[in-house]
Amino acid sequence: MDHPIPVTFIRLIILLPLIGATINFLAGAWLQKTFGKQAITLIGCGVVILAFILAARAFFEMLHQPPENRFMLDDLWKWFDVGGLNLDIAFWLDPLSMIMTLIITGVGGLIHIYSTGYMHDDDGYWRFFGWLNLFTFAMLVLVLGDNMWLMFVGWEGVGLCSFALIGFWYKVQANSTAGNKAFIVNRVGDLAFVIALYSLFAGLQAAGHPTLVTREVAHYAPLLATVPINFAGYQSAHQLVGFVTLLMFIGATGKSAQIPLYVWLPDAMAGPTPVSALIHAATMVTAGVYMVARLNFLFSMSPFTMGVIAVVGGLTALFAATIGIAQNDIKKVLAYSTVSQLGYMFAALGVGAYAAGVFHLMTHAFFKACLFLGSGSVIHAMGGEQDMRKMGGLRHKMPITFWTFVAATFALCGIFPFAGFFSKDEIIWQAFSHGHFVVWAFLLLGAGCTVFYMSRQVYMTFFGEFRGTHEQEHHLHESPPSMSYVLIVLGLLSVVGGWLKWPEFMVSFKPFEEFLDPIFSSEATRQVTEAGIHSHGMEAGFAIVTVIVVVAGWYFADLIYRQKTLDPARFSEMFGGVPYEWVYNKYYVDEFYDRAVVQPYLFATRALAWFDTNIIDGFVNLAARIIVFLSWLSGLFDHYVVDWLVNFASNVTYNVGGRLRRLQTGSINGYLYGILAAVMLILLARAVARA
Amino acid sequence: MGGGITLNHFLVLSLIVLSLGLFTVLTRRNAIGILMGVELILNSANINYLAFAFYGGGKYDGQIFAIFVIMLAAAEAVIGLAVVLAIYQNFKTIDVDATETLRG
Repeated sequence: MDHPIPVTFIRLIILLPLIGATINFLAGAWLQKTFGKQAITLIGCGVVILAFILAARAFFEMLHQPPENRFMLDDLWKWFDVGGLNLDIAFWLDPLSMIMTLIITGVGGLIHIYSTGYMHDDDGYWRFFGWLNLFTFAMLVLVLGDNMWLMFVGWEGVGLCSFALIGFWYKVQANSTAGNKAFIVNRVGDLAFVIALYSLFAGLQAAGHPTLVTREVAHYAPLLATVPINFAGYQSAHQLVGFVTLLMFIGATGKSAQIPLYVWLPDAMAGPTPVSALIHAATMVTAGVYMVARLNFLFSMSPFTMGVIAVVGGLTALFAATIGIAQNDIKKVLAYSTVSQLGYMFAALGVGAYAAGVFHLMTHAFFKACLFLGSGSVIHAMGGEQDMRKMGGLRHKMPITFWTFVAATFALCGIFPFAGFFSKDEIIWQAFSHGHFVVWAFLLLGAGCTVFYMSRQVYMTFFGEFRGTHEQEHHLHESPPSMSYVLIVLGLLSVVGGWLKWPEFMVSFKPFEEFLDPIFSSEATRQVTEAGIHSHGMEAGFAIVTVIVVVAGWYFADLIYRQKTLDPARFSEMFGGVPYEWVYNKYYVDEFYDRAVVQPYLFATRALAWFDTNIIDGFVNLAARIIVFLSWLSGLFDHYVVDWLVNFASNVTYNVGGRLRRLQTGSINGYLYGILAAVMLILLARAVARA
Repeated sequence: MGGGITLNHFLVLSLIVLSLGLFTVLTRRNAIGILMGVELILNSANINYLAFAFYGGGKYDGQIFAIFVIMLAAAEAVIGLAVVLAIYQNFKTIDVDATETLRG
């Protein structure tokens, strides 16, 4: 790892989307008017597809190298060198960032293509592709940056693009409010992340190795365990690592929508559906997962943080899944599902199963993108309708959407041999084998809820009778090829995407894990990863338990929503309807935040504004009044004393001059008489003096 | 010495010329007249120079001073006449009482 291969193609992967974004933003409106939307399509999709081709080539090149040589560095230029912090604009390609790059450009490219169909009638077509391209660029910077500051630049960049795309249809107030919410909630996490970077740097500086280059931090991190430092009250750097990783995880909860900062993601569904698929399912929200996996050497050093991550992940997985049960908006269900699945990923990271977490990240990108795009296809056909209660029976009208949606649903539910079975069930098992029994229970229950809400969604949308208006029914159609083909590709990926890592009790085939192994090779990580139970028998047994829960969840949904032998009202009215009420209203978390954070904040700002206008301004105004009074006094003195003296002097001069000027008669004779008289006088005076 | 004419005669002559000059200067309203009076005054001074030189020791410094005064008078006449011409151009007269614009 100390000698990465210097390459120059990584910059191309990153620059291509930036070029696309630049062209679309600067000339997009003109291009769209002059050459039509296909010009935008060509640029917007072309750059991402080209980037994917480059990334795929790099991937095969990487596969040809032995594992210890799979590190490539593209060092562009020195960024800054300040106070011992010396960073380059440099991009780092290793197996982990390789996988992320393939997901971003691959799934991202597919979603770009899908968008050409979905957004075809929108006037802001060029703007949309500009933002999508810019997002792709920022996301690539995030995953490929070789130091943590560059990662943070990408981290903020994707946040900006997310904000802009959630509020893409900005003419509706609710959309821009949702964008603001996403941005502001993310800010909370970002603050923690920045503090974490500063503290980590301070700790490393105290340990004698000031750096934030990720691979160097990885190299020096073990030293932190031994070096005594004195920073911010921490006696040893080891304690500091706990502090730093916890703050980083708070940053991740913002970006990756975990408890307590998940509230923005469901609202983010206000954006166009391809945006939900690309940013709020497949890529951006996984940035936190990527960050923890990338910095696994730090996180593994702090058992406390790992425990927090596992518990928060497990809790989020269950919590969001239960909310998903009662939602009626087709995209909201998927949004809560995403929050829940991200919880699974974090739970995997928290228990030390990094590879499983990243694997679920990848398969989730496939099937959740497929689900979102499928829902987009449905919404498109329904003319913008998102309420599942008004759908139904769509499977005959939209076969491609239906079958791909079902494939992705199977993948999400973890049905063998669909992708989710290999990734999600692995996480559930890993939680148990690493001794996190509570987390395991959460995840297992969450899996049951997942199946229930997904089955409910499929039944409500595609089965039964159509419940919408007559006009909508007449208008129903399968989506255009640009959308349906993308669905087919993603549907296939949802099937085969999981075959890269089989459970050990079945086959010993896990190239994915072996590919990532060099990333998770630090000593601390090895200890965390290899702890726990290794029993094929137990693994198989727990897989069966999971399957039972999954089947139970499906059976319930089937009874209620397909066979309709169970009335959902029986459950919603249980215990006086209170539990249903709570779930339906998302546990009143938004209301709670509104009361606990937003309203106090607004109250505080109002109080401060009052303080400002009345107290601070009062002081300022008082000072001003005093100054005005003093100036008035000074003015009096000026007017009556100084000016009087000046005027007196001038008056004297004026009056004297006025009298003296009479002497100047202008008559030459007069002067001559004067001269004569003066001479006479002088002579007379001399005569008198002599006498 | 010659004919009983003494220094006093010259001084009286000089005084007469000076008085005539002063009278002319003080009473004339014509600028050219005033200039002529000034010439008379200068020449009364010349008479004094020559007389004192003649009776005072036979040296020539008095004569030389007289020549200087004549030269000075010539220069003064030039300037004076130029001023008079300028006044005439501005006022269409050379009456000094009319040129009172510098009165305070």
